[in-house]
Amino acid sequence: MMYKIRTERLPELFALAAADKALYLPVEQGGQVEFRPWSEGAAVRFDALNTVRSAKDLFFPQTENLVAFRTEGKKISIIENADTGAPFGLMGVRSCDAKSFEILDRVFLAEPADTYYKARRENGTVVTLACHEPEETCFCAALGIDAAESADGDAASWIRDGWFYLKPVTAKGEASVETVRPLLTECDGADDAAVEAEKKDIGAVIGQLPFSKLDLSRFRGENMLEIFNDPRWKELSAACLGCGTCTYVCPTCQCYDIKDFKTGDGIQRFRTWDSCMYSDFTKMSAGQPRLTQVERFRQRFMHKLVYYPMNNDGLYSCVGCGRCLRKCPISMNIVKVAKTLGGEQNDEQ
Amino acid sequence: MQEIFGRIKKRAAELFADGTVTRMVGWQKGESDYDKTPAVFGPDMKGFVYDGFCGANLSKYLINLSKVEGRTLVLLKPCDSYSFNQLLTEHRIDRDKVYAIGIDCNGKLDINKIRALGVKGIRSVAEEGDEVVLDTVYGSKRVKRSEVLLDRCYCCKGKDHVAGDEFILAEKRVDTTTTDRFELVKKLEAMTPDERYEFWRGELSRCIRCNACRNVCPACSCVKCVFDNPALGTDSKANSDTFEENMFHIIRAFHVAGRCTDCGECSRVCPQHIPLHLLNRKFIRDIDELYGEYQAGAEVGQRGPLTDFAKNDAEPGATPDKGGKK
Ligand code: SF4
Ligand code: SF4
Ligand code: SF4
Ligand code: SF4
Repeated sequence: MMYKIRTERLPELFALAAADKALYLPVEQGGQVEFRPWSEGAAVRFDALNTVRSAKDLFFPQTENLVAFRTEGKKISIIENADTGAPFGLMGVRSCDAKSFEILDRVFLAEPADTYYKARRENGTVVTLACHEPEETCFCAALGIDAAESADGDAASWIRDGWFYLKPVTAKGEASVETVRPLLTECDGADDAAVEAEKKDIGAVIGQLPFSKLDLSRFRGENMLEIFNDPRWKELSAACLGCGTCTYVCPTCQCYDIKDFKTGDGIQRFRTWDSCMYSDFTKMSAGQPRLTQVERFRQRFMHKLVYYPMNNDGLYSCVGCGRCLRKCPISMNIVKVAKTLGGEQNDEQ
Repeated sequence: MQEIFGRIKKRAAELFADGTVTRMVGWQKGESDYDKTPAVFGPDMKGFVYDGFCGANLSKYLINLSKVEGRTLVLLKPCDSYSFNQLLTEHRIDRDKVYAIGIDCNGKLDINKIRALGVKGIRSVAEEGDEVVLDTVYGSKRVKRSEVLLDRCYCCKGKDHVAGDEFILAEKRVDTTTTDRFELVKKLEAMTPDERYEFWRGELSRCIRCNACRNVCPACSCVKCVFDNPALGTDSKANSDTFEENMFHIIRAFHVAGRCTDCGECSRVCPQHIPLHLLNRKFIRDIDELYGEYQAGAEVGQRGPLTDFAKNDAEPGATPDKGGKK
């Protein structure tokens, strides 16, 4: 069953949904849109396509406490202070970000499961939102992701002509929709037609985007060494600043570091996102295994396009969200890498 | 710019041909018209471009390029030439390894400002006189160039270069300055400490500690940054609390004080659009007031007010009786 509500009444829906649990939405602050907890008067931006940071933050936050240690004399006590939170809702998630959860699940939920991540995944209900106006940096289509209707998430939504359409997909989604049910109207055949028309329009735009037909087929296991040894990594990475922007805005980057912060009378152990672009990434007693920026840069793309799919039934660790295209200070990104190393079939694109 | 680009390309080809230079650092055409990547070119200059989207300051690349065989041709916009001088003053670039051409600039475009006007799905961008013409999947649009320039271009230090072996300039120079660069600093100074704290917390709380601001900054040229020291507990990636976000930026601003040329790269690259340049400009304004007007990078070999010592130096804070104004 699909439901609908006028878009101008969405604040009522947010208020009701946020009554008993936190509700995260794309909210604008200081000109930038990020997933933030809803509060009265929040500037919700369902029209903004991609948030700066992706929705992965809600499940795999940039920093989180794992455990603390406290010393008193010779006594060490362990303090459990991880915060894996309470049930929460997440609305306005685009198909690309929704797909990224599957990519992260395969890493964090593989046995032995990461309990912190797992708890948040179980706590979260994801409502996806179809992309009314995809942008030129979007290339979800090249990764088999449908911007018009997400195959992931607990409920799907669309906005067209002043109506917000909501369709639960999973049992969790059903339960969430039930909590706002009093505000919703059941859809009829005309509404189904409106949503179908919206999907068709989105599909037509996607077809016109410049990278929708990007061909990644050369990136597979049997070409691993050939791609790894390609001399062109050098020119591709020549201007790279070695900052962490591309990795920190990426919904599928999953590397982290565990660090100890000295608190004076003990230690706070925390987890923090890591970036393969950084000089101390996977640093061991013998040093950093990737000594130059060429090697670090190569690692990022080899991981996304070759290593990860080799271990995960050919699934690429990129969802085509285009964040790295928009945010890299020197305008280097996965599309340029894929076009350069991906074979001649990409020359005409 | 088309005409300037042609002249640069022609001159670069001559410099390659007569052996003056072995490589050139410039901007390379990317996947779309607004997408320009700094790149090192050989004599074929494949993909080389120069237009309104070539905002990136190339001078910092010369630190590494100074260490390789042969001489590098660098293209410097007027503001880039200050960074170049500052790096020379700090002995980070080997002048003999560089051939610098100062090139014309009529203000650089900011794709984010264009997008903020509601432009989506860009197919092509063309500069036509003082307009920018956009073709998108959702229709076309024309915007005034003067509405979509990088912030720094509205407070341009002037269209004259302070460094260069030769210059390629337009006959008619376009002045893009419209604003006093200290306007916002003055606003911040007029706030109460609480208001100012709120302002900076609001801005800095968006920081993701990606380090793009640091890594792009020509004044941040330490071989190993203190924030890259894993033993410190606050290294680059550890965005562990709000204190850190603040301290990282305050420490960085202090470290570049007196050396920052106000090139605006930090704010240009910040994925979160944090107005980092305002921290630096506050320092510049204080330095101007306390030690007399000073522009980092104006000349090679300048003695910076904070790294030089004079008996009558102002001592702000502790001993205002010695001339400190505050
Ligand atoms: S590719 Fe771009 S965003 Fe990524 S580290 Fe290099 S400069 Fe930074
Ligand atoms: S690599 Fe780039 S396009 Fe792909 S998921 Fe990450 S940020 Fe998005
Ligand atoms: S990449 Fe696709 S799914 Fe993601 S925002 Fe763009 S159009 Fe939507
Ligand atoms: S570039 Fe912006 S987000 Fe990145 S570390 Fe600097 S201020 Fe923070």
